[in-house]
Amino acid sequence: MTTATENSIAGPEPARSKVVDTAQYGLAAFLLVVGVIVLVDAAGLEKGFADQPVQPYAFGFVIGGVLVALAGLLAVATWRGDVAEAEDGEDIDLTQGSDWATVAKLGVVFAIVVATISWLGWAIVGAFLFAGTARILGSHRLILDIAIGTALSLLTWYGFYVGLGIPIPAGVLDGVL
Amino acid sequence: MDLLLEGFATALTPTNLLFAVIGVLLGTAVGVLPGIGPAMTVALLLPVTYSVEPSSALIMFAGIYYGGMYGGSTTSILLNTPGESSSVVTALEGNKMAKKGRAAQALATAAIGSFVAGTIGTVLLVILAPNIADLVVKLGAPSYFAIMLLALFAVTAVLGSSKLRGFIALFLGLAIGLIGTTTGQARLTFGEAKLADGIDIVVVAVAIFAIGEALWVAAHLRRKPLDIIPVGQPWMSKSDWGRSWKPWLRGTAFGFPFGALPAGGAEVPTFLSYITERRLTKHPEEFGNGAIEGVAGPEAANNASAAGTLVPLLAIGLPTTATAAVILVAIQSYGLQPGPQFLDSNPELVWGLLASLFIANTLLLVINLPLAPVWAKLLQIPRPYLYAGILFFASLGAFSVNFDAFDLALLGIIGVLGLAMRRFGLPVLPLIIGVILGPRVENQLAEALAISQGDVSTLWSEPVAVVVYVVMALLLVGTIVAGRRAGAVPSDPENEKQEVSA
Repeated sequence: MTTATENSIAGPEPARSKVVDTAQYGLAAFLLVVGVIVLVDAAGLEKGFADQPVQPYAFGFVIGGVLVALAGLLAVATWRGDVAEAEDGEDIDLTQGSDWATVAKLGVVFAIVVATISWLGWAIVGAFLFAGTARILGSHRLILDIAIGTALSLLTWYGFYVGLGIPIPAGVLDGVL
Repeated sequence: MDLLLEGFATALTPTNLLFAVIGVLLGTAVGVLPGIGPAMTVALLLPVTYSVEPSSALIMFAGIYYGGMYGGSTTSILLNTPGESSSVVTALEGNKMAKKGRAAQALATAAIGSFVAGTIGTVLLVILAPNIADLVVKLGAPSYFAIMLLALFAVTAVLGSSKLRGFIALFLGLAIGLIGTTTGQARLTFGEAKLADGIDIVVVAVAIFAIGEALWVAAHLRRKPLDIIPVGQPWMSKSDWGRSWKPWLRGTAFGFPFGALPAGGAEVPTFLSYITERRLTKHPEEFGNGAIEGVAGPEAANNASAAGTLVPLLAIGLPTTATAAVILVAIQSYGLQPGPQFLDSNPELVWGLLASLFIANTLLLVINLPLAPVWAKLLQIPRPYLYAGILFFASLGAFSVNFDAFDLALLGIIGVLGLAMRRFGLPVLPLIIGVILGPRVENQLAEALAISQGDVSTLWSEPVAVVVYVVMALLLVGTIVAGRRAGAVPSDPENEKQEVSA
């Protein structure tokens, strides 16, 4: 273990063998950015009203400051060989590498949903969301996926509208549903 | 007592009974389903609170809460891959029993033990909650401020293996809680009018629990299906009963107090119960090979702690587990604030909820013993449909808050944060508690200082506040000492075993 740590000091590239979880530096950087944003935002606030004993910027300074400090601590811990304990679960197989391509594809489907939901409405977009994500996650029966997705989105739309009295906007299908 | 009877009158109306049955069925079903815990279930069902009566919704959530706890143990007995950390111990002996062909007995002792523990726990809750509320109602803002700090600190520093990661999660949550204009000035809204009211906690909860989990599973989906042990009708022989009833009671005694404490949770009491039963058993040779005591005790502890969690939730308004946090969100979405005044101002609601806990417990036993084989079938649902369904309902839940694509975009962004948290081992609970309690801590501090006209010494002017700070100091010393001891040998062996997948 000690040799590995020495390597990471000596070598221009940190020893990435088993010891240093380089991705964790990314998390530390993220914390630093969030902390700085919170601090800058707090610094831009006006003094509170006379009846405000706690200044609006007080919590911002504390939280932002601690986030910056935590970013530093995490970077140091990572450099010293601290490794994250990834979450386990019933359907999770941590023995294989991570499949980020699948996650990226899900992200694309989700982005399309966000972009089109106001225009197309829940019934269409919801069916697309279900069928698309099921396919990406390994389902091979396209027709069945679309059928289930359509059934689910129509059922939930009518369920919310009739059962719960929550009118989800229908989008382009306004008047059809 | 009269109040409780009135509560039963509320809970036993046909509508509310129906909601209780729906809650128990839904809770057990999703508790059995891999990847979905009770917290996620309640989060996904939050939209119903927009139109269903508060009493009915709370009764349904009570059913989901207990049902989810029970469903999780079914999975760990039949699959040996516990989803919730509280069922890890159950899997130790439960799965061994199942492999020896005693799955029916394992499920039976889990179900009956949960019923016994849940009922005793609910009785204790009924006795304790009003009394604690009477005490708490006399406290001023300084004491509240101290208690909330304690809850934040305890959830972060005491639970979980890495304190550093606990605090990272907590402060990310507190930062999310800053967003909005509650102080009169816009904080962290970046000029976006839609952020003026802060990020809806429903969106945060659904994103962190559901989207984060689904994305994390998607990145690591098990390609080979797991072996599921088939099961028939649960039943127990006379000797099984004889070996189960004492562990049930001892498990309850461990579980309830831990659940009621700010950082209790279910992990510690289930583990303590397991150790105790292993020490006391007359069949030590069976431990490690499927001893029924090792299922009965921890399962009872698990359910008793679930009941205990409701004491601080109802009496002080403090959530101490993820599920309690989401239930608190549900209650708040009705404009109600759990806490000392809650019992006095909404007796019908609270006593209806308490009565429905008894009903949910009984329903759990009546419904789940015969349905066990059906639940076992649920484990075979195709995973693409399961996780596509989770993404579908999560999106629906977030969209139905305001019918705004903006909320869906937030859902996606915070969902990616949830994914990152699972990758980097950041605990979810401190973040959610931070989002919920952060603004309230600021409120209480402002109130305390407004009354004292800015004199800071008011913060330690109440005896309860002083006691709480002393407890926090002791916890801090305790964790540092424990950390030193564990830290003397850094976690090297683990590092060598674990390949980091980036």
